Amino acid sequence: MSKILEVKDLSLHYLTRFGQKVHAVTDVSFTMNQGEILGIAGESGCGKSTLVNGLMGLFIPPLYPTGGDVLVSGESLMNRKPEDIRVNVLSQKVSMIPQGAFNALNPTRKIKDIAADVIAAHGSGQSVSKQKIYERLKERFDLFGMDTEHILNSYPIQLTAGERQRSVIGISTLLNPKVVIADEPTSALDVTTQKVVIKMIFELLERNIFSTMIFITHELPLLRHVAHNIAIMYAGEFVEYGTSTQVVHDPRHPYTKALMGAMLSADAGQKHRKPTTIEGAPPSLAKTMVGCRFAERCPSARPECKQKTQSMRMVGERLVRCDYAE
Amino acid sequence: MQNDIIFSAKNISKYFGHGKKRVCAVNDVSFDIADGEIVSIVGGSGCGKSVLAKIMLGLYSPNQGSFLYKGKQITNTLDHWSEVQSVFQDPFGCFNQFFSIRTQLKDAFGILKNKLSKQEVDRRVDEALLAVNVKPADIEGKYPFELSGGQMQRMLLARIFALKPKVLIADEPTSMVDACVRANILDYLMKLKDELGMTIIFVTHDIGLAYYVSDRIFIMHEAKIVEAGKPEEVTQNPQNPHTVRLLEDIPDINREWIKK
Repeated sequence: MSKILEVKDLSLHYLTRFGQKVHAVTDVSFTMNQGEILGIAGESGCGKSTLVNGLMGLFIPPLYPTGGDVLVSGESLMNRKPEDIRVNVLSQKVSMIPQGAFNALNPTRKIKDIAADVIAAHGSGQSVSKQKIYERLKERFDLFGMDTEHILNSYPIQLTAGERQRSVIGISTLLNPKVVIADEPTSALDVTTQKVVIKMIFELLERNIFSTMIFITHELPLLRHVAHNIAIMYAGEFVEYGTSTQVVHDPRHPYTKALMGAMLSADAGQKHRKPTTIEGAPPSLAKTMVGCRFAERCPSARPECKQKTQSMRMVGERLVRCDYAE
Repeated sequence: MQNDIIFSAKNISKYFGHGKKRVCAVNDVSFDIADGEIVSIVGGSGCGKSVLAKIMLGLYSPNQGSFLYKGKQITNTLDHWSEVQSVFQDPFGCFNQFFSIRTQLKDAFGILKNKLSKQEVDRRVDEALLAVNVKPADIEGKYPFELSGGQMQRMLLARIFALKPKVLIADEPTSMVDACVRANILDYLMKLKDELGMTIIFVTHDIGLAYYVSDRIFIMHEAKIVEAGKPEEVTQNPQNPHTVRLLEDIPDINREWIKK
């Protein structure tokens, strides 16, 4: 298997108006092989979406890289001009499926025009006639068993939430990107529509339109079904990284355990099980942090946790950022 | 009294639009909700569950059938809201960005029939903030955009703690927050129920959540209530194909979900 994506000690920060640095992502490293699906989970504000921007090489102020490297099939995305990234990287090598389909689509244009723009902006100089583009779109959208004519000729407001999200996925993967990053693609949908959208993503994977995907969500049970590997993120760091079965069924980091305990289930006998809550809020990322970042809220924290910075180590065949995890 | 009927709906229907474009959002629905009960209305997007919640709030009145609150029709919405309050999905849409949170929490008391003194209002706001684990000093002079989504959702709940309504209608109160915050919010809601003996109506698409919180579950599909019953019966022994579908579509960690 060949390495598609390599992330080496990536750190990113935002620079505020007052010259303060907010370290949103700290020392994230992972590699992805062709055909792998990596799930990233964590609560709101833990740096998931910032990481996505970093992985696409989109360093738009106030976001700046602090250090590290991102390589897509061996090619670095760091220190490149935005124009270069737009023409040569986005949509072809790395493509994103955004969260809010309604905000991602221009309300004044039809789906077919929005899709044609993607080819014009990212297709690295391919000049294709409108008719050709339309045929290509039709061919792609027909795969999903949707009413293609209706969808392509509609404005976003005329479509249902599920159709909009599927259109966005269709547009994002139009140029057969090497890596697709799905940033909470289903969190605004109900369970039935969610399943339809996930089925569509699997359909695309099966037809080899893309093969490598990063799937970001805060619903761990969903990742169990979608991803091969799962990384749990807390306050800008990965705290646990393992296969999806390991992380979901046998979590080792106290934070992952708490996340799993907070899930609700409709299974028999689960009615009187109280979901666990984590008191307090994540630490402010604007300060320099000493010690374990989860120590303040950790149910099994020891006094030394607040001083000693934790690093990733192997526990039960997966990486955990906790010296006391077993 | 425990067995008083709070809401009584008989064959209610609600339409939008006219002629060919007429859309039926609630179609011939009947139910009774007793005092102190927790009822969840579960269904997918567009099944009419939010319209039903708005009928309960008096924001819409049904086109057909009779809908009674404590045996009377809802005529004066201001009177109605002094007893029936709601929590919505998006807390940022519920607070004015231009006023501080404390001011808005205090303004909420205007809906009550008996006017309280300034000191009494301040005391109840502080009490309500402590009930949702927020120190009153922490939000002093803060505006809605300065807080995170989870904190704002707690401010909405603080408003409920302060007003102490008889009935709470929670329209997807947790669908925008992550799992940890969701567990927290449910904790506070259960505390509300225990302290105030409120009737709570949950509107949600998450049958797992409905199973955990409620005494009774209504399953809605295409403007009709297709199944109603105790949470154990509805989740363990569903009778209607739509209920089965809703249960199957939940990604459960112990069950196969999509065949790869």
